Amino acid sequence: MTKSNFTRRGVMKTGAIAGAGLATPIIFTGASWAQESGYLNAPQGDTVTLGFNVPQSGPYADEGADQLRAYELAVEHLNGEGDGGMLSTFSSKVLDGTGILGKKVQYVTGDTQTKSDAARASARSMIEKDGAIMITGGSSSGVAVAVQALCQEAGVIFMAGLTHANDTTGKDKKANGFRHFFNSYMSGAALAPILAAQYGTDRKAYHLTADYNWGYTTEEAIRSSTEAQGWETVNTVLTPLTQTDFSSYIAPVLQSDADILVLNHYGGNMVNSLTNAVQFGLRDRMVNGKQFEIVVPLYSELMARGAGQNIAGILGSQNWDWKLENQLGDKYIGTNAFVQSFGTKYGFPPSQAAHTGYVQALLYADAVTRAGSFNPCAVVEALEGYEFDGLGNGPTLYRAEDHQCFKDVVVVRGKENPENEFDLVEIVEVTPVDQVTYAPDHPQFAGGSLGTCNPGA
Amino acid sequence: MTDQTSNAGAVRPKPAAPAEKTGLFGLRGKDASLLVFVALLTLLAPFILNPFPTGSAMAQFNAGYPDLMQRFVIFGIFAIGFNILFGLTGYLSFGHAAFLGVGSYAGIWSMKLLTLNVIPSIVVSVIVAGLFSLIVGWISLRRSGIYFSILTLAFAMMSYALAYSVLTPITGGETGLQLQYFDPRILDGELAAGTTPRANLFGLEMGTSYELRFGSWLFTFNAGYYIAAACMLAAFYLAIRIFRSPFGMMLRAVKSNQQRLNYTGISPKPYTLAAFVISGMYAGLAGGLLVAMDTQVGAERMFWTASGEVVLMTILGGAGTLIGPVLGAGFIKYMENIVSTINKSTLEGWFAFMPDGLADFFVTIVYPFVGKGWHLTLGLLFMAVVIFLPGGLVQGGQKIATVLRRDRKGSGLEPGAAAKRKQAED
Amino acid sequence: MEAIILQILNGLDKGSAYALIALGLTLIFGTLGVVNFAHGALFMLGAFCAVTFSRLIQMSHTVVDETRTDFLGNPLQVDVPYIYDFFGQAAGDVLIDWAVPLSILMAIPVMILIGVIMERGLIRHFYKRPHADQILVTFGLAIVLQEVIKYFYGANPIPTPAPDAFLGSFDFGLMLGFDAGGIVYPYWRLIYFLFAAVIIAGVFAFLQFTTFGMVVRAGMADRETVTLLGIDIDKRFTIMFGIAAAVAGLAGVMYTPINSPNYHMGMDFLVLSFVVVVVGGMGSLPGAVLAGFLLGIIEAFASMAEVLAILPGINQIIIYLVAIVVLLTRPRGLMGRKGVMEE
Repeated sequence: MTKSNFTRRGVMKTGAIAGAGLATPIIFTGASWAQESGYLNAPQGDTVTLGFNVPQSGPYADEGADQLRAYELAVEHLNGEGDGGMLSTFSSKVLDGTGILGKKVQYVTGDTQTKSDAARASARSMIEKDGAIMITGGSSSGVAVAVQALCQEAGVIFMAGLTHANDTTGKDKKANGFRHFFNSYMSGAALAPILAAQYGTDRKAYHLTADYNWGYTTEEAIRSSTEAQGWETVNTVLTPLTQTDFSSYIAPVLQSDADILVLNHYGGNMVNSLTNAVQFGLRDRMVNGKQFEIVVPLYSELMARGAGQNIAGILGSQNWDWKLENQLGDKYIGTNAFVQSFGTKYGFPPSQAAHTGYVQALLYADAVTRAGSFNPCAVVEALEGYEFDGLGNGPTLYRAEDHQCFKDVVVVRGKENPENEFDLVEIVEVTPVDQVTYAPDHPQFAGGSLGTCNPGA
Repeated sequence: MTDQTSNAGAVRPKPAAPAEKTGLFGLRGKDASLLVFVALLTLLAPFILNPFPTGSAMAQFNAGYPDLMQRFVIFGIFAIGFNILFGLTGYLSFGHAAFLGVGSYAGIWSMKLLTLNVIPSIVVSVIVAGLFSLIVGWISLRRSGIYFSILTLAFAMMSYALAYSVLTPITGGETGLQLQYFDPRILDGELAAGTTPRANLFGLEMGTSYELRFGSWLFTFNAGYYIAAACMLAAFYLAIRIFRSPFGMMLRAVKSNQQRLNYTGISPKPYTLAAFVISGMYAGLAGGLLVAMDTQVGAERMFWTASGEVVLMTILGGAGTLIGPVLGAGFIKYMENIVSTINKSTLEGWFAFMPDGLADFFVTIVYPFVGKGWHLTLGLLFMAVVIFLPGGLVQGGQKIATVLRRDRKGSGLEPGAAAKRKQAED
Repeated sequence: MEAIILQILNGLDKGSAYALIALGLTLIFGTLGVVNFAHGALFMLGAFCAVTFSRLIQMSHTVVDETRTDFLGNPLQVDVPYIYDFFGQAAGDVLIDWAVPLSILMAIPVMILIGVIMERGLIRHFYKRPHADQILVTFGLAIVLQEVIKYFYGANPIPTPAPDAFLGSFDFGLMLGFDAGGIVYPYWRLIYFLFAAVIIAGVFAFLQFTTFGMVVRAGMADRETVTLLGIDIDKRFTIMFGIAAAVAGLAGVMYTPINSPNYHMGMDFLVLSFVVVVVGGMGSLPGAVLAGFLLGIIEAFASMAEVLAILPGINQIIIYLVAIVVLLTRPRGLMGRKGVMEE
């Protein structure tokens, strides 16, 4: 029997007497013993610890800060504080504001620095030192893939934060990892029909692509889906991640006969390349009698603020937007509930990074409650193939084959005259989930295997 | 702990040195006790780093969990190796992270292609990093001073940029490399589908730990940590031998006056190149251990900030001293992993005992320096150390020691150490 | 042909920023013998002078507009800049529009002050210390400065557009005998280049044609002798540090419309500017400027699709590759002096 004193880690096997001590072998070091419960970091006492691993330094620090706000809000709501947010709209009603399985939710935070090494170190400290049973967060695919693999190895659940590359639920998918955010393929599939409708099917596209995995997968997704609509890809140029001035990549676009520029860039790269493209007058350009257009496959509304006026009229895709329910009705219920409680607490509307984090935390809590156990394998079983609604994206499926969420994708356009810095984009259309669904063995996602769930014991 | 490296340039390398009365493993008195001291420190690290009972408010400052302990010793190795080059010869390499990264990639490929056993992987890491540093060193050492620094920086940044982008098929690019159960490990049997490959030492997995509970204290003894610690002790011992050898004397001669060396008809190049390769192999060892303990590699490991970090570790701890780089490495890794995890609710917990207004005040004051502000604290500490302790943390230790034994020895030590270091740096 | 001219323009433009930062670094190194890792941070501070200035003139009081609502359904609070109250909306808008060029007026005294404080308060104590210590302390300072900026301004880039008058592009096409629209280049980038040229010329003229400059040059060449002549060279060097800081700061101010500034922009430039200085040759002002423009142009050419088709990934490494080649063929960079920073 265990007698539980102290908090999280404070379990003592009877007989652990001062002086003698008792050494127990364990496989992956967690903060509490796996043997008793059958899984790592089983919550002890009346609390459970979640790990929020977000970028707090480096270029994505503001995005990380927004995610952290959302996680703190989720913890409040799970513990029955505040107005409950999406708990009231969530299709599953098992969460009742008494924590998770009656245990009060606590959390620890760490800094990923948007580096895979630092992110793993931070996640390991949460698992080994603080006894976190679930890790969530992150703002780049490199970090998500690295931490997901770590959680698989250690035997805790990873609920991915903002990660858009196909690989996270493609070749690098893991049984213990789940992604709510959408991906490059979905961006391409969602954007292509709307691009064709807005700009016509006879277009010549020039791609500037960030020279790393996410850039490659995004370029491939956008290319294949726009070419299916009849577009021609005239050129693709890779740009270094560390590039800050894109003038020498933009200038040649003027020399080509392209009439569309696709910027497969994210974050700081996107802000700079877009700013530079507008500086070179691409937005005012006419080619072959057509208005020149710029496309940004993945919008980051936080970073878009940095581009200011330059995002006006530029199309892109998003996982979610805080205006969804107001503009497109009840299907996206939950959106307003979340915006209301986030806005009341912090004074401005949440970003999509915040939304996905909040939803992931709720989904995890819900899965544990439905499974009746914190055991990662039970959680995996509860999440696989789970259909839910009321979390702001409309009806959503957590697909069992690759642990990817399938839901509608929002296509947005930069506003011409934004009223304030939080209202930068307008919703153009929502591409329904059927159009962005793909087979689990789609070539863009091939090569990986989920493996089996690992409870860490 | 005092280290007499810097004045050694003045001392003639006595051929009779090995014949002197030697103690442990051929080390003289002071060095032997230093080695024993470091050995005890690493052996007892699980106790020393976990001074606070779990669950207490101070438990936040505990560092005795496997990941951080492993990082302490691994980056200790990295810094010791860097110090062999920088501390002895004065050549400031700004690209040492490349060797660590190349070592890591070599190590993980060995685990993917050969076996999950860490020994071949570490050996491969050291060899590949050694070869790479031989090429880089051979080219870069044609120049000296800042020109040398920029050459090494250029090689490291090229390695980083290529690993992140065009070499993605070999390095995994942004998402890095990880082990998969379907990797073709030719020396191991095939793994069952879906299992997680784990690095091991003849079956002993790196993640295996023994936990000891002692009242409300919890101490973790991790297999991986002790393997890494053994490597560090070996590396440390080797560094002492190098520091005290005729070869080490020669390196110091390169630092103090290359021209004089040239006039005596000795070419310094073979010596500096040897030092460069040795320190590159240390970096490779550190890289190999990193993948052995945590089986993944990302290209950020080779970015210039990572190279800068080892420079900072060495200077912060005390360049040219034996123990300094290890202290510096521990200091920076501790800041990165502990201070960054202190968030607002942790702070509120600490100051909860105060009346509300006062607690809020303290939280507001402290908050900018912890959690997401940990870089600020790090920057301030860099400045403080270099302003007040010109000899690095080691000098801080000496100052304390001097105060403690002032009655016996007078004030001899501290101005001496600073002067020696200055003379050595110039 | 048009493509090549465009890339030369791009290269000159990139090179302007490199050259300005490298010039300041070399001034500090050449006069004081200090390796200043905080120089990138000075560039960043300059950029944030522009941000601060535009925030200052947009300082607002809030007026509640009952007719509209915010996203939570509460009455909308509208910010009205004080400047509207003082000068009327039309003049206020013009001032806000011209915030970046106007902020130069603020940046010059602020940056000189920061430079002088830095030198007197910190750097002065490190003249006789090893270069490694200088690197550590200035690197620490750079981290502190950028964290302070992050604390107040956040980590996201902040848009600071150029005045509307300069938003368009200039068409070189007809002027150079090509088709209209063949070579168009943004006004602001042209201004940046001209601005850099003026600053560089100004610094050289100052050093070459004034007594003050002459003394400083003499001090750079032989500090001891100048001191023996009874000249307080330290004071002049302090002023030079202030000027170097101002040069970096102005480079930052004018850079803000090109790329939105963020708190780590200094670090992004730091390594590159060191490469530039070393390729130019330690301690050589013309070398720093020459290397800045040279590397800018080479980088621009390496990023052309035609080049990348032959050598994939060359754009990732070109700067470093050039640095290696230059240093191996010319031991002290392009114009370096013997014995500087070689020990």
